[in-house]
Amino acid sequence: MAATKTIEVALSTTGLTADGKPMRVPLGAEGLMSAPPGIEPELQGEHMLINIGPQHPATHGVLRLVLELDGETVVRCIPHVGYLHCGFEKIGEYRQYNQIIPWTDREDYLNSMGNNCAYVLGAERLFGIEITERCKVLRVIAMELSRIISHLVWLGTTCIDIGAFTPFLWSFQERENVYKLLEGWTGARLTTSGTRVGGMIADVPDGWVEGLRGFLDRFPKTLDQVDRMLTKNAIWVGRTVGLGVMSPEEALNYGLSGPMLRASGVAYDVRKDFPYLDYETYDFDVPVGTNGDVYDRFLVRQEELRQSVRILEQALKRLPDGPVNVDDPRIILPPKHKATSEMESMIHHFKLVMEGPRPPIGETYVPIESPKGEKGYYFVSDGTAKPVRWRIRPPSYVNLSAIPKMVEGHLLSDVIAINASIDIVMGEIDR
Amino acid sequence: MSEHLTQDHAAPAFAIVYPGQPGDAPATPKQVPHKGGAVNPSVAALRAKFGPVIGRHDVVWNETTVFVQRDKVAEVCAWLQSDPAQSYEYLSDVTAVEYRDAVRPIEVVWHLRSIKFRRFLRLKTELPKAGKTPLEVPSVWGVWKGADWLERECYDMFGIKFTGHPDLRRILMWEQYKEGFPLRKDFPMRGRFSRSEQLKNALSANPEARYSMEELSIADAFEDLPHDMRKRIGGGERTGE
Repeated sequence: MAATKTIEVALSTTGLTADGKPMRVPLGAEGLMSAPPGIEPELQGEHMLINIGPQHPATHGVLRLVLELDGETVVRCIPHVGYLHCGFEKIGEYRQYNQIIPWTDREDYLNSMGNNCAYVLGAERLFGIEITERCKVLRVIAMELSRIISHLVWLGTTCIDIGAFTPFLWSFQERENVYKLLEGWTGARLTTSGTRVGGMIADVPDGWVEGLRGFLDRFPKTLDQVDRMLTKNAIWVGRTVGLGVMSPEEALNYGLSGPMLRASGVAYDVRKDFPYLDYETYDFDVPVGTNGDVYDRFLVRQEELRQSVRILEQALKRLPDGPVNVDDPRIILPPKHKATSEMESMIHHFKLVMEGPRPPIGETYVPIESPKGEKGYYFVSDGTAKPVRWRIRPPSYVNLSAIPKMVEGHLLSDVIAINASIDIVMGEIDR
Repeated sequence: MSEHLTQDHAAPAFAIVYPGQPGDAPATPKQVPHKGGAVNPSVAALRAKFGPVIGRHDVVWNETTVFVQRDKVAEVCAWLQSDPAQSYEYLSDVTAVEYRDAVRPIEVVWHLRSIKFRRFLRLKTELPKAGKTPLEVPSVWGVWKGADWLERECYDMFGIKFTGHPDLRRILMWEQYKEGFPLRKDFPMRGRFSRSEQLKNALSANPEARYSMEELSIADAFEDLPHDMRKRIGGGERTGE
């Protein structure tokens, strides 16, 4: 459950104030304004327009921010999104349920396996399918591996944004290890398309579980290294503490979710509050911050990585034998050797591919806890093989909508840190 | 758990209280019935409070949907959010559904969530396609600030106006997008314009006009613009996206 954590900042680096914050030389408008008149040109009151992006490494994709600056202080921020809009939801209305799965890889591409699982969870609710026990555990493994990938990319890119290079290399190295596992399972690193309605594309191959076990043994050491490098680092603390603060009430009202919300002190985690895939039977904690600033978001994500390792260890312990796919020829394709040798299987195969499985009339909204927050898939079916409406509830879209509130009053260089802390993926925002 | 993280800290100023003990977490739903099942208790409370404003309700796949009169949505939402017995403090989603049926009304959908009581409620309102009813619903931006971009996207994709929204502009499509509202069923998947027309529009776009008038007004940047652009803007041309 919600655990409160305190960080004791005992910093030994010089250049710090008594309470552990790095001393700042007053810059920009404030310093100029306090100078006696005549020495510095009178710049007060003149605001500047700064455009960041859409092609800028610190905007994590094609985000564009138009900033109004007073000196170096942000007065107003106007975000522009939509440069990557591909119309996934429109295309989904012309596709069968299984044909939409590849689109889910491409929206939040750091969490592709998690999206695949989330999508089929919604579709299975719509079809009324109860999946097998092995499939549930495999999906938990897939989702937690995706969470690890996504948080590692967040960690690496945020370090780059703030000026640390080494943790970036460490985290991307570990990310590559996870991708190797996913590649062995699904055949692809990023665009996995690893699930099907009613099951998975395949069972894990021989030796895969041992590979994952080896990764789980090594990975916490990397986390410790990152922890040692960053958590008490004076520069890191100085560049993140007190930035982009959202109070718990504000965070809820702005619809933030995931680590953004929990860093503000609201212990809302879909895995605990609206469990799916038997998450309520796993033993894990939900880390919660207290200040709701960039530093707390870092701590929450760092702790979530450790909790993901815990969940993965439990999942490996309980991974049952048995079939992965449901035993229902109306949903699942027949095995290849049967489809090429038996008439009935061939007809099933043909009808499933050409016509597609049909859910009953209905609608459902199934949320999951993606690395960015509450991701939901909303389906409306009119009984045909293609959804009337397929809606993605994008967590980083809603999280990003609070950026004007978060950056106002901060310095221009802090905008980069705050933007990085939101953990946006433009593929998911623009869809 | 790492050593530097200690558990002795006082509780945060604001914490969600879980309704039961940690062990009482609701189980992952199994064998959910297609139709019927337990109705969200908020429905009865809504009927008692608002009476005829609340239309029919149904339960599909364990999720309760309530239909609300079109012009009362914001009031209903404000009550659901502020009433301590309801406490829908989180707005998950705002979207719309248009059916393939040509006469079936467009539905605007709000997904509300009570973290305190672990409840989920779907509000809907119907907007008939034919007739005099405008495609307008009240904005819930005043209740949840998170509705800001969700409503803008819904306007962008379906053309539904949210009255009371402070800044209802297109968000995913650009401001001068002329082809209509992409998620409407009468909008072809390839777009309304022909390929040549789309290409022509793309080539004739002014790549310098990337700031809206509002943004240009920030910094007296108008004077720094190229001469021809100043002339065009002076002539009333709308810039930005």
